[in-house]
Amino acid sequence: MSQYFDLTRRGFLKSTAATGALIFGTYLAGGAPRVIAGVLAKPSESAKTANLFVALRPDGIVEITCHRSEMGQQIRTAIAQIVADEMEAAWDKVVVIQGKGDAKYGDQNTDGSRSIRYNMQRLREMGASVRHLMRQAAATRWNVPVDSCSAEQHVVTHSSGKTLTYAELVNDALSITPPELAQITLKKRSEWRYINTAMEHIDLKDIVMGKATFAADVFEPKALIAVVVRPPVVGGKVKSFDAKATKAIDGVIDVIEIPAPQGAPQFQPKGGIAIIAKNTWAAIKGRRALSVTWDDGKNGDYNSEVFKASLLATVASPQSSVREIGDAANILANSSDKLVADYYAPHLAQAPMEPPCATAIYYKDRVDVWAATQNPQADMATVGAMVGMPKEQINVHVTMLGGGFGRKSKPDFSAEAAYLAMKTGKAIRVQWTREDDIQNSFYHAVSAQHIEASLDKNGAIEAYLHRTAFTPIASTFVEGATAPLSLELRLGFTDNPINTPNMKLESGEAPAKTRIGWMRSVSNVFHAFAVQSFIAEAAHKAGRDQKDYLLETIGPNRILDVTEENAEYDNYGADKANYPLDIGKLRHVIEKVADMSAWGRKLPKGRGLGIAAHRSFLTYVATVVEVEVSDKGDLKIIKSWVSIDAGTVVNTDTVKNQVQGGSIYGITAALSEGITFDKGKVQQSNFHDYRVPRMSDSPLEVEVEIIPSDAPPAGVGEPATPVYAPALCNAIFAACGKRIRQLPIGDQLKA
Amino acid sequence: MITFIVNGKTHEFSGDPTTPVLWYLRDELQLTGSKFGCGMGQCGACTVHINGVAQRSCVLPVSAVSGSKITTIEGLSEDGEHPVQQAWIEHKVPQCGYCQCGQMMQAASLLATNPTPTDDEIVQEMSGNICRCGTYPRIHKAIKSASKTLAAVQYYDPKVKGEQA
Ligand code: FES
Ligand code: FES
Repeated sequence: MSQYFDLTRRGFLKSTAATGALIFGTYLAGGAPRVIAGVLAKPSESAKTANLFVALRPDGIVEITCHRSEMGQQIRTAIAQIVADEMEAAWDKVVVIQGKGDAKYGDQNTDGSRSIRYNMQRLREMGASVRHLMRQAAATRWNVPVDSCSAEQHVVTHSSGKTLTYAELVNDALSITPPELAQITLKKRSEWRYINTAMEHIDLKDIVMGKATFAADVFEPKALIAVVVRPPVVGGKVKSFDAKATKAIDGVIDVIEIPAPQGAPQFQPKGGIAIIAKNTWAAIKGRRALSVTWDDGKNGDYNSEVFKASLLATVASPQSSVREIGDAANILANSSDKLVADYYAPHLAQAPMEPPCATAIYYKDRVDVWAATQNPQADMATVGAMVGMPKEQINVHVTMLGGGFGRKSKPDFSAEAAYLAMKTGKAIRVQWTREDDIQNSFYHAVSAQHIEASLDKNGAIEAYLHRTAFTPIASTFVEGATAPLSLELRLGFTDNPINTPNMKLESGEAPAKTRIGWMRSVSNVFHAFAVQSFIAEAAHKAGRDQKDYLLETIGPNRILDVTEENAEYDNYGADKANYPLDIGKLRHVIEKVADMSAWGRKLPKGRGLGIAAHRSFLTYVATVVEVEVSDKGDLKIIKSWVSIDAGTVVNTDTVKNQVQGGSIYGITAALSEGITFDKGKVQQSNFHDYRVPRMSDSPLEVEVEIIPSDAPPAGVGEPATPVYAPALCNAIFAACGKRIRQLPIGDQLKA
Repeated sequence: MITFIVNGKTHEFSGDPTTPVLWYLRDELQLTGSKFGCGMGQCGACTVHINGVAQRSCVLPVSAVSGSKITTIEGLSEDGEHPVQQAWIEHKVPQCGYCQCGQMMQAASLLATNPTPTDDEIVQEMSGNICRCGTYPRIHKAIKSASKTLAAVQYYDPKVKGEQA
């Protein structure tokens, strides 16, 4: 079922041109999708410029191109489910081809939990147009009205009962004008046979057999291996190096300096020294033997403890207003009994299980790259800039990704491979070690937040002030940028759901002294941590049940439009009509998860339940965590329950798996010591000192319920993550009365 | 010259004896099911069986496996029919899949010595294997169901497999 690269496509095109396969695409122009078909026998411009492809081969096999990167979210399966369903293709005749980086596909940046949201409609239209064409071809052959022909599972049936298979109709279809969008009818939801089911994912068997092709599993071309020593401080440079011992190692072929980047980091390689060897072990040994002296540059003073103090100082005083209603500042200044809390969370590294890896070959007019990339078009641009070629001349083949979590949207590793390929004239695979990954990431921002609130006589929040300060992603793209972009603030800060007459949200500045990037759920992670922890703190102060208080605090069913409160808010780029911020839906997931977890039940001593709810990536999630904290302060997560409303979902089992995994990924924020810096250098290096959740840290059961919905599809990969740490910390408080405001939890429970 | 048996076939290696088994398997034999995750015995992505017992191949020099029988995921079964692999399919365990060969090799080794592990024994045995996608609940369930398949015990006997060569 799986075919990872479209290496064969060229061959396929040639061989089928003679036999006449059909290639279809949807074409996005002027906003409105329109279905076109290209006939290979007489290649048309339209076929070449189509955004997406489905090809029907003369043998009846359907090739569906997946233009998004596969990193465990089963997008390859989801895209095939959508197209094959509308097309009425038999599932065993479907093959998925992984698309290369190519602007013709439109956006390929596989992050932001938006692959389905961006593509579902056009994929459905494309599938439906093929189905229509098959019916038309049969009707023409039989000389009957098209309405008397129906298509099901690769077969067109006439009302008289006679049938023709799709394979038998390919040749006829070649001479038929493909339908216009107005002519096609999408299936009704009740007619879906693949969409919204739990069908098995197409790569499952390959994975279980060890046959899936990840970046380091590419052996065509046969490459030399490069391992790179990078400056330990961002902005640092090689001062001098001694490669004598390295070159003496058997198997080491060359030692090459990669130039230091210019200006803002962007996705440029950090520079450093590459050791090129016949095999990976020789390269690693060569790297150990290399001695380099660095010029650390201006970030050599970065120290996490000092920086933490400065962030906390920033949020202690007024900052730029982001959203305001009423007169929160005044009320709070005069309140004698307000609740005040400061929250802090360290940098984190995405640490996908597969470290970054890419292979490149340089030719004089093009570069071919095979990479575990979330965004092949960014590889094209970054590699192009690195080797001085237009991006159109960079061919990026996307392998399976061993996790991404945002790290692999930044193709510095592909640019390293391409540069070394250019310098050596050889195929080069750059293999990052785990140490390279932990120490050279684009880190999740370090953050501090200050919240204060006063409660009215009923215990409700009457005034709320929230300040945030974190190292902005903006700094990665604009040198010296210290203020967050509005699209970083809209991740759980601007869209605060608390229903209060007086609210003031402020954002401070923070100079980044390392490379900042996005990690699964981005700033939703620390914003939801603060907001959802604070609401539980207020519930405690008011003497109320967490869940009841949370519902009362977010208020009645309504559509919240924060732009009416002087806030800049782009709603994840989605229109407000289709994707409103619907407090009713947020309430619903809370009520649902309370039910699932039997909220309010009596628990033995040392056990506690915590709840948190949050909308991110247009999806509503509520999570309950049950923990046990022993007298000695040992923490055990017993179980979790999650309710998710992501609108229409394509694969119900994938959604559950993503939600389970996204929850456990959220444990990282609570348990991990995070990434810390001293003298500009990362102090962690591998999984022994950068702690990520293991089975022993995780609940053995994460029960997930998907709220059935006909709403347009929203995000799935990320939204389960931000709620986890606050639900966990709220549960810890319920279990033992200790409130965690500073992450990681560390030994705070032992004290 | 170091000699060992990989998935039932005898191999000889005359390169650097400090080469970790992982890199030998991947670079020389192109057996890529065993993955590189950390290179220091911390994550289990590289887990293979040495004489039937799960070990981290990234920290195991080839010199230490002279005369041993090495089984990788590619040799666990002909066509994915090992009960552990079947349970992985039944529970749709994998997300990205990168850690899963190591997870399955660890699980197969556990069940070969302890066919009916308790919940805690599973957690203990499996906590050396990291899955960043967070598939732990499904791994746990899959091991329980493989353990229920009596065949899990009888099917895979690495000693027999090794001797076929
Ligand atoms: S790669 Fe061997 S334990 Fe991580
Ligand atoms: S499935 Fe992705 S790391 Fe385990």
